[in-house]
Amino acid sequence: MQLHDVWFVLIAVLWIGYFFLEGFDFGIGILSKPLARNTAERRVLINTIGPVWDGNEVWLLTAGGATFAAFPDWYATLFSGFYIPLLIILVCLIIRGVAFEYRAKRDGARWQRNWEEAIFWTSLLPAFLWGVAFANIVRGVDIDAQKNYVGTFWDLLNPYALLGGLVTLTLFTFHGAVFAALKTVGEIRERARQAALKAGLATAVVALAFLVWTQADSGNGRSLVALVIAVLALLGAIAANQIGREGWAFILSGATIVAAVAMLFLALFPNVMPSTLNDAWSLTVSNASSASYTLRLMTIVAAVFTPLVLLYQGWTYWVFRKRIGVQHIPGHAPAAELEQV
Amino acid sequence: MELAIAHETIARWQFGITTVYHFLFVPLTISLAAIVAGLETAWVRTNKEKYFHATKFWGKLFLINIAMGVVTGIVQEFQFGMNWSDYSRFVGDVFGAPLAMEALIAFFFESTFIGLWIFGWDKLPKKIHAACMWMVALGTVLSAYFILAANSWMQHPVGYTIDPATGKAQLTDIAKVLFQNTTLTVVFHTLTAAFLTGAAFMVGIASFHLWKAKRRPETADPKKTAVMRTSLRLGLVLAVVFGAGTALSGDTLGKVMFEQQPMKMAAAEALWDTQSPAPFSIFAVGDVSKGHNSVALEVPGVLSFLAHNDFSSTVPGINDTAAAEAAQHGGDPKDYIPSVFVTYWGFRFMIGFGMTSFVAGLIGLWTTRRKLFLHPEFRTGDTEVPRLMLTPKREMGPLLTKWSWRIGILTMGFPLIANSFGWIFTEMGRQPWAVFGLMTTASAVSPNVSVGTQIGALVTFTLLYAVLAVVEVRLLVKYAKAGPVVTEQPPAKDPSLRGPSSDEDADKPLAFAY
Repeated sequence: MQLHDVWFVLIAVLWIGYFFLEGFDFGIGILSKPLARNTAERRVLINTIGPVWDGNEVWLLTAGGATFAAFPDWYATLFSGFYIPLLIILVCLIIRGVAFEYRAKRDGARWQRNWEEAIFWTSLLPAFLWGVAFANIVRGVDIDAQKNYVGTFWDLLNPYALLGGLVTLTLFTFHGAVFAALKTVGEIRERARQAALKAGLATAVVALAFLVWTQADSGNGRSLVALVIAVLALLGAIAANQIGREGWAFILSGATIVAAVAMLFLALFPNVMPSTLNDAWSLTVSNASSASYTLRLMTIVAAVFTPLVLLYQGWTYWVFRKRIGVQHIPGHAPAAELEQV
Repeated sequence: MELAIAHETIARWQFGITTVYHFLFVPLTISLAAIVAGLETAWVRTNKEKYFHATKFWGKLFLINIAMGVVTGIVQEFQFGMNWSDYSRFVGDVFGAPLAMEALIAFFFESTFIGLWIFGWDKLPKKIHAACMWMVALGTVLSAYFILAANSWMQHPVGYTIDPATGKAQLTDIAKVLFQNTTLTVVFHTLTAAFLTGAAFMVGIASFHLWKAKRRPETADPKKTAVMRTSLRLGLVLAVVFGAGTALSGDTLGKVMFEQQPMKMAAAEALWDTQSPAPFSIFAVGDVSKGHNSVALEVPGVLSFLAHNDFSSTVPGINDTAAAEAAQHGGDPKDYIPSVFVTYWGFRFMIGFGMTSFVAGLIGLWTTRRKLFLHPEFRTGDTEVPRLMLTPKREMGPLLTKWSWRIGILTMGFPLIANSFGWIFTEMGRQPWAVFGLMTTASAVSPNVSVGTQIGALVTFTLLYAVLAVVEVRLLVKYAKAGPVVTEQPPAKDPSLRGPSSDEDADKPLAFAY
């Protein structure tokens, strides 16, 4: 295994980590609207991810930075090519981060309702668009001899990619519902389980169609294994949710994300962005990567710091392991809130 | 050709707007993180209530601020690929490494420990809780270090080679990138300026509250006054220490730049012709097309001293430097001259606004002193507003007092202005280069992104930033004006004293909730 292959795996790991973690906090953001019946319940949901969403998002920044360092051409082609979807995602992430921090910092129904509306849409759109982006990466796009994307924004919205978007949207919603059931107590926990069932079944339909399509188009032996694991994990997650094993349901919905994203990367390898115009113009692990000095350096950095990150992020989840219910939400009376922020 | 110019111009505007906007929040984040950590440590060690309330108060303003810093930072990371794909392809091997390290080492630190700090008041032992904020502070400093190392490489590329096969830059020595003198001085300068920014911010808000308490003693809360008095003194000390540090590091950085980018420094001084000794320009009106100043007010020899610590040394001028660069890289000398107007005034505004805060801190530190050269009868207690004392027995008159407090308030944003001009100066002064001597900005843009798309993105981001700026400033003002919540009590029990499974407070509300 050469260094650039190692880095392909590491980039895959970072994206998998990102989708696993931000997947459920996107899901919580999406569910904060349909699942919560009142402000207190909405706050319960938002507070299940309160201490962790920011750390989850850094997986994206690390995936981006690592791609820049290890595969500069991949980074350049991807972000300049998928300009408009990425712009929308960035705008969403900006508003979303501010929304979490500022929602409770002022009283007034309108102020809070606006931020709640923002949390919903800015969780939903990226959840959908990441699927669109990754489906397009795997399917291949119009890349010219200079490694530049020459298609349009509308070319990115092809049926396969839109289906990919639906997969991430439903899968993250499912993952979020399972997480909500695991992290809350009281009535909302019951409703989260019911929502998880619906979202799980919807995911099963679109994910199966998308993954089989992917396997038929660009699959190989290894991706088939990942596909089978993803499907089994998803069915297991739905079943575990049904029998009330919330911890297992969460592990398995997470495993679904891991296996599904891994399958996309396995189908992609050794390309990183195939060209639909000419096979010779495809970006591959070897023609898009940095030289060996940088790869070696970054391997050492990653080997030292990734376990450290996992350790202290894991500790955060331990510190905030308690379930949250409406009784834990400090004073609904507006006057008391100022004291709490 | 015209299209290419539009491309470059719009991409530069987006980069400039995003970066300057992002950097309004960064220095406050860096300094307030450490200040809040220091205040919390003081509370943990002394158990004095005023430190607890100060921690909560400044912590709140810090959180409002860091939220904006974080989200605008996301754009920073991705706009290289979006708008500057040819740049990314050319330098990714070198430039990507510090960026990836920043994310993996610094961003994770900041984001994880800030979550623990915000929500962990009653879940973590005091000392661990305070340590979390120190980790956040460490994260902000590391983040600054890595991104400044990357920027310094654009200012003065080292530790690389150009691959003859691909024509791209390749990293050969990371230590040179991380520890070259450009990086070290820039980090020193940026961090000291960041702390000057936080200091002025503290002084301004504390002055607001103390001046109000002075005018309306009947409504003043002694506990609030105690918090603000401590904050004021801390802010003033920091303003003096880091103001001096900013000046010192700025001088060092200037000398490095005279050597590495003579054009930037010549433009900063509107020094058209090489002179020995070279004068320091106080005021100038230039004629760029003719390459000279029509009006100039100068102090002889000072520029030579700033450049080389020698009043008679030679400092190369714009015209000669441009001719030399044209001879080396080809083309017209005029192509190598940055905007002298922006560079010249950017440099002056940076120094002017920054040093005003330093001087204000110096005066404030003297006049609010507690014991030094102060007659005992003028000494004030912990919960009183300090009297502004000129000499041991002479207090400022009412008018002077009023204006002193007002200046404290009015100058609170000065370092922010200085920071912005500093970045505008150093980035504009490097033009036409994106990477000095290696790649021009014009050849760095994404060739495949249409002008229409770029304009759409520029408008979107600018409008979004503007709206969020209004929201952010209004929140800051609201919480700054409200002052510390002195009725708030520290978490009653140290959670380390009870087992994790104790159910007695299973239904206790969260210490903090969104």
